[in-house]
Amino acid sequence: MPEPGLGLVAALAVALGWLAVGLAGLLRPHSTFVVSRLLFPLGAAGSVALAATGLAALLAPPAELVLPLGLPDLPLHLRLDALSAFFLFLLGSASAGISVFGAGYFRAGEGTSPGLLCLQYHVFLASMTLVLLANDAYAFMVSWESMALSSYFLVATQHRIPEIRQAGFLYLLLAHVGAIAILLCFGVLQGGSWHFTFDAMRAAELPAARASLAFALAVLGFGAKAGLVPLHVWLPEAHPAAPSPVSALMSGVMLKTAVYGVLRVTFDLLPAPLWWWGAALLALGLFSALYGVVFAAVQTDMKRLLAYSSIENLGIVFAGTGLALLFHAAGMGAPAALALAATLYHCLNHAMFKSLLFLATGSVLHATGERNLGKLGGLIRRMPWVAWTALVGTLAIAGLPPLNGFVSEWMLLQAFLLTPDVPQPFMNMLVPLGASLLALTAALAAYVMVKFYGVIFLGQMRERTLAQAHDCGRLERLGLLWLAACCVLLGLLPALVLRLLDGVTGELLGAGLAHAGSGVFGLVPVAPERAAYRPVVFLVGIVLVLGLTVLVAKRMYHGRTRRAPAWDCGFPLQDARMQDTAEGFGQPIRHIFDPFFRMRRELPSPFDEHPVYRVTVEDRFWGVLYLPLARAVRRTATVVGRLQTGRISVYLAYSFVTLLVLLVIVL
Amino acid sequence: MTAVALFTQLFAVTVAVVLAPLFLGWVNMCRAWLQNRAAPPLTQPYRMIRKLLRKDAVIATDASQLFVFAPYVLFGSMVTAAAIIPALAVDLPFARAADAIALVGLFATARVFIALAAIDTGTAFGTLGARREMMLGFLAEPALLMVFFTASLIAGSTELPVLADVHQYRSLAIHPGLAFAAIAFLMVLLAENARIPVDNPATHLELTMIHEAMVLEYSARHLALIEWASALKLFNYACIGFALFVPWGVARDLDSPRVLALALAVLCAKLAVAGAVLALIETLNAKIRIFRAPEFLAMAFMLAVLGLLVRLLLQS
Repeated sequence: MPEPGLGLVAALAVALGWLAVGLAGLLRPHSTFVVSRLLFPLGAAGSVALAATGLAALLAPPAELVLPLGLPDLPLHLRLDALSAFFLFLLGSASAGISVFGAGYFRAGEGTSPGLLCLQYHVFLASMTLVLLANDAYAFMVSWESMALSSYFLVATQHRIPEIRQAGFLYLLLAHVGAIAILLCFGVLQGGSWHFTFDAMRAAELPAARASLAFALAVLGFGAKAGLVPLHVWLPEAHPAAPSPVSALMSGVMLKTAVYGVLRVTFDLLPAPLWWWGAALLALGLFSALYGVVFAAVQTDMKRLLAYSSIENLGIVFAGTGLALLFHAAGMGAPAALALAATLYHCLNHAMFKSLLFLATGSVLHATGERNLGKLGGLIRRMPWVAWTALVGTLAIAGLPPLNGFVSEWMLLQAFLLTPDVPQPFMNMLVPLGASLLALTAALAAYVMVKFYGVIFLGQMRERTLAQAHDCGRLERLGLLWLAACCVLLGLLPALVLRLLDGVTGELLGAGLAHAGSGVFGLVPVAPERAAYRPVVFLVGIVLVLGLTVLVAKRMYHGRTRRAPAWDCGFPLQDARMQDTAEGFGQPIRHIFDPFFRMRRELPSPFDEHPVYRVTVEDRFWGVLYLPLARAVRRTATVVGRLQTGRISVYLAYSFVTLLVLLVIVL
Repeated sequence: MTAVALFTQLFAVTVAVVLAPLFLGWVNMCRAWLQNRAAPPLTQPYRMIRKLLRKDAVIATDASQLFVFAPYVLFGSMVTAAAIIPALAVDLPFARAADAIALVGLFATARVFIALAAIDTGTAFGTLGARREMMLGFLAEPALLMVFFTASLIAGSTELPVLADVHQYRSLAIHPGLAFAAIAFLMVLLAENARIPVDNPATHLELTMIHEAMVLEYSARHLALIEWASALKLFNYACIGFALFVPWGVARDLDSPRVLALALAVLCAKLAVAGAVLALIETLNAKIRIFRAPEFLAMAFMLAVLGLLVRLLLQS
């Protein structure tokens, strides 16, 4: 057994420290001052420590630790290997920014008191850390459940609003459906040995059918957490309901624990994968990505839009995982490593830019009290800090070079270009076409983000009250800047990050990327003559050209500039309400992707005295899957409910009959 | 990186920046001839740019810094793109920084910035144009990417110089996949450069505008940069087409200045033919309704995917 390395102890110490910080919040539950000036910054310090621990542990050998806690015959197994270390790094670096922002954001008088919120928030962080460290099914499930519960309470912070209670319930329900599937998955994985440590599962010899069952259960269970279509319905309800730092934490970090689970089960615990697992996951992921982005395009609530965009990004992550599985099953080490590295990179990127954007919406929400895109606009003039950092996030999530979103998409597209070498006939022809769906998704994401940014921050203010909006405070700025800086750095220095990722790909696949000729600034995944991307050179090129253009234009141009009201083709009655609305921006998408939606339209006729225009767009899965399921459950419950009459004598009779039946069986 | 390569790089970029308005002038000239009109002089786009540079810039009161900054980003991206595309020579030092996918990303960056700038003024026509431009973009971008994919699968690389080089020297086989890709590329070119049948570059009717509607609020040096960038974009697209489908004549070994001069001559000849063909297409077609434009581009996308499929079928 390996030594309990320093990294593992440090990670555990951070988790315990978070618990302590959370408990400290209970001492002065109503004091915003203590919570925001002391406890949240302390939590952020823990995040930085955790990120450093993860970074150090990425290239270190795995460390294990057994603590005499938990069940009598199953002590607590912990393990820190490269995969855990990577996700710990993600958790630490993203939550550092979020906690700093949260220090300035949370205040008294909004639902749950700050001290209690502080407890829930830090228990959430600590349980995510333990999920990543767990090395037996029991520890995993306990931390998984405490993660779900603590985040449920965070979602329901403003529990006085009925819609938010409802959203929280939906979240709790789907979290538990997922948890049951994960529990069953562990049950299959132990393979008859009845040992529930991950080491025993790694050693278990599973026949193909059982392994496939375990894989399907893992995808179902973790997919419910990650918002894989059709298990995504909770996501656009719960994320907008939660306070913005919590939305950021859930979307940016918690969804990644589901990715961690899938990777842990499929690449580590299960025996060698079958090729169709990869194909199935790829198809699911691509469908999810397209579905998410199409729905994001028609949203009118800024946080719902971001939630749907999370479905899209997790879809891309799952597609990448599927691709890696497909290559791995075919014994193609290097392409599998490329696909997996792209997947992990995208996880990290999404953690940064999605947290950034959720935090930015939080600032907008605090400044304006408005989540509806139709009542925002022009905030770049009132909130420059939020607007310019959000611009970085917007460009990054739209997958534009030289920021980070582009790097992972580029790598994934490169991986797709290697799929014609997959040995399965048909697959080697069908899978490359998946690249076209990925390209479509990426391009649609740019559309969505232009809508998001344009409607909130640009143009004229759609409401008069927006003129009083204030920029965010100092701590909030710091959090936003941290995440924006991460987006830029991850975009500019991919080679460094990929070297760190080699630890993970080496551990899971036994293969790494070829770094020949990539240097410090380059990204050469396969071979220099095949493909290369050097973001720093790229950026220097653009900046050089830009500077030169500005200089020449300044030189040649006399520099006379005037401000005047917008011309708008001489139209005199121009006002803020004539700008394109969020609905207007969604219109082409509604038109082109009509079959995706269940739309209800209320259109005015020319003769209406009070014309009303309303279009509601709903998810088809509600009608097809969830409502029938809910009806079936209710019907079954009614039938079973007849057993309960409320009289004790009847219940005693039930016990008597049960005893009799048991006796008959035993004798 | 040798001095020769660096010189070639600078020369290629300069040629692109200088020649681009001329190419636009040539297309307009051919179109005027085909429509039995007296043609404007070949230098008309240069005069336009000079005229705009002399004027006072007017900026909308509501516009933010983004509005002022966007034309520079647009122009800068197009010049950077010209530095990547192997129009004259395959051995370009800067081309190693970015491949075909990054090129598509670069075009997307330019589009996103100009769309955001159009929204920034908060006018009805600006936001309308931005929405339409993004709608065309999200269909045209994957189609362009799929065209590159088809060529990349043949060459085994996404590096543009390698693509041009492979198609020029190594593989003389006939690739039916590339034929589909070529048609798709032509359609994308028309849509992305705001040409008929998707958009009309000469329109004065605001309701039918796409690209023009976005830049209505620009004036003087900003507008000059935008016009120049549009010309460069057309030039770049033409050069991408040459690199993928008719790469012959691009200089490979730069041992004497004559090679470069020859490559320049060949490029001019190709541009002359391409401009005439473009003018012919624009004359023969009518502008389609805006609601039909997605169908046009979806067709381009499907053709590009079909090209990819054909390539994969024939390979196995």
